Amino acid sequence: MDGVYTELASFAQTFGLVYFVILFLGVVAYALWPKNRKRFEEAAHIPLRED
Amino acid sequence: MEEGFFATFLIVLAFACIIIAGKTYDQVMGFHTTIGALFAAVGAFIIFKNYFNDGGIAIPQEIEGKPNYNLGPIKFGAWAAVFWGVAGFTVGLIIALQLAYPVLNFDLPYTNFGRLRPLHTSAVIFAFGGNVLLATSFYVVQRTSRARMPGRIAPWFVILGYNAFIVIAGTGYLFGATQSKEYAEPEWYADLWLTIVWVVYLLVFLGTLWKRKEPHIYVANWFYLAFIVTIAMLHIVNNLTIPVSVFGTKSYIVWSGVQDAMVQWWYGHNAVGFFLTAGFLAIMYYFIPKRAERPVYSYRLSIIHFWALIFLYIWAGPHHLHYTALPQWASTLGATFSIMLWMPSWGGMINGLMTLSGAWDKLRTDPVLRMMVVSVAFYGMSTFEGPLMSLRSVNSLSHYTDWTIGHVHSGALGWVGYVSFGALYCLIPWLWNKKQVYSLKLVNWHFWISTIGIVLYITAMWVSGIMQGLMWRAYDQLGFLEYSFIETVEAMHPFYVIRALGGVLFVAGSLIMAYNLIMTVRRGEAAEIEAAPSGAVAPAE
Repeated sequence: MDGVYTELASFAQTFGLVYFVILFLGVVAYALWPKNRKRFEEAAHIPLRED
Repeated sequence: MEEGFFATFLIVLAFACIIIAGKTYDQVMGFHTTIGALFAAVGAFIIFKNYFNDGGIAIPQEIEGKPNYNLGPIKFGAWAAVFWGVAGFTVGLIIALQLAYPVLNFDLPYTNFGRLRPLHTSAVIFAFGGNVLLATSFYVVQRTSRARMPGRIAPWFVILGYNAFIVIAGTGYLFGATQSKEYAEPEWYADLWLTIVWVVYLLVFLGTLWKRKEPHIYVANWFYLAFIVTIAMLHIVNNLTIPVSVFGTKSYIVWSGVQDAMVQWWYGHNAVGFFLTAGFLAIMYYFIPKRAERPVYSYRLSIIHFWALIFLYIWAGPHHLHYTALPQWASTLGATFSIMLWMPSWGGMINGLMTLSGAWDKLRTDPVLRMMVVSVAFYGMSTFEGPLMSLRSVNSLSHYTDWTIGHVHSGALGWVGYVSFGALYCLIPWLWNKKQVYSLKLVNWHFWISTIGIVLYITAMWVSGIMQGLMWRAYDQLGFLEYSFIETVEAMHPFYVIRALGGVLFVAGSLIMAYNLIMTVRRGEAAEIEAAPSGAVAPAE
């Protein structure tokens, strides 16, 4: 039981951290990607374009 | 098909309730199953009645090229929010007075502070806040998807089922049925019912997104979805209980000791993070741009805000368990993530506030917008204070004192309360096709009376809490504690009175709002004289 805990914890503390950081950097890149700028500007107007 | 499914489910439920009511040894269970049987039977009856009156006629998805939005459940939710809000604030005022004047406990179990306190917290968070979230989420997801919610019964099942849960939970506290876990007090049967309602809620929400005509999913919907999914997860894990008997209210949680404490505060803090923050941020991202008639300051910031909040909030819970049996590394982790939460919190606050850049004059002329903007300012303030209080050194002074209560209320009254009031002031005129609320002057009165109330509340609790914390840790020259506990209670009395006064003002403000909103529906035409009538309401005066 103890070994399982240690293994899981060390996995989470290393690969888990790397995984989440990469995922988050991906989100930041997606948000700031110059090509997406126009799409997001349009999206911001969704509430104002209603009928 | 849908009618048949819900009707069968409700009939089976009604029979199950009757069987349990007949066999139970527990009076509270008897009472709740009777209510349950009644609600379920009435629900099934209404489904049958409507089906045989107009069964088979499909509801049009669009009328004259415009989406035929389903507004009925939203209207119900909006009024339920107004009702539970006034009720919940009033119970809060009563328990504030009980703390100042204990005689008001009346020596009865039902009116005891210990039972009324969860009634207050659940009424304001889950009944008031929950109905605001249900109503606004159904409205926002339909409007920003340009599609009608799926289902004839399902949306009504969600809103009525949720309010039935509130009734079961609230009466349970008064009669002493509780799991004794903060914000997770309802017993196992109420929890099971809420789980069913919540899954249907998720399906209705996802179904609307699935049907959307708008290619992009607007950011408010992401926040709502995060709120729905996370609350489902938290609710299930923190309520994994085994009832002693199906015929009784009492249950035991599968976790034990410090694991149970950790799960509880993982739940508790994320109830703050995903119910009281993510859900209401969704309101901010829709209602502030809509009211200010300008798009959100930065949509790209809103994406980063969303993901940063999601990534960080879920880890912050252990800061509730400093100096306990929880390992120190875990509570340090919780505090670290709490500090990191400054970034998304303030990013979101800036995004909300800066939406008004170039239109700041509207703060002067539009009290509804002012209310929502001040709510964002309170959000910034309380999310600045929270991480500070999560630090071990500050927490050793603040924990278990009134400082915590003051902090919670600057977030609850200032942020959640004001953004909800603002949303209701927008939503009710929209739902009833009115140009504007009945009286903006009354909104202004509501704003100022409540603001003074909040300021009195928070400042009284800061002073009282810090004083209490300092008195607890004061030693004399011989190393003995300088004050007995009762001396600290005595010293806090004046601040309890001031806090109750703040409560009086906040309740008064909510009553003004209730009157204003009722008059908006009844006499909305008066507000519509200036503008060209949209043709929705005819009568002339």
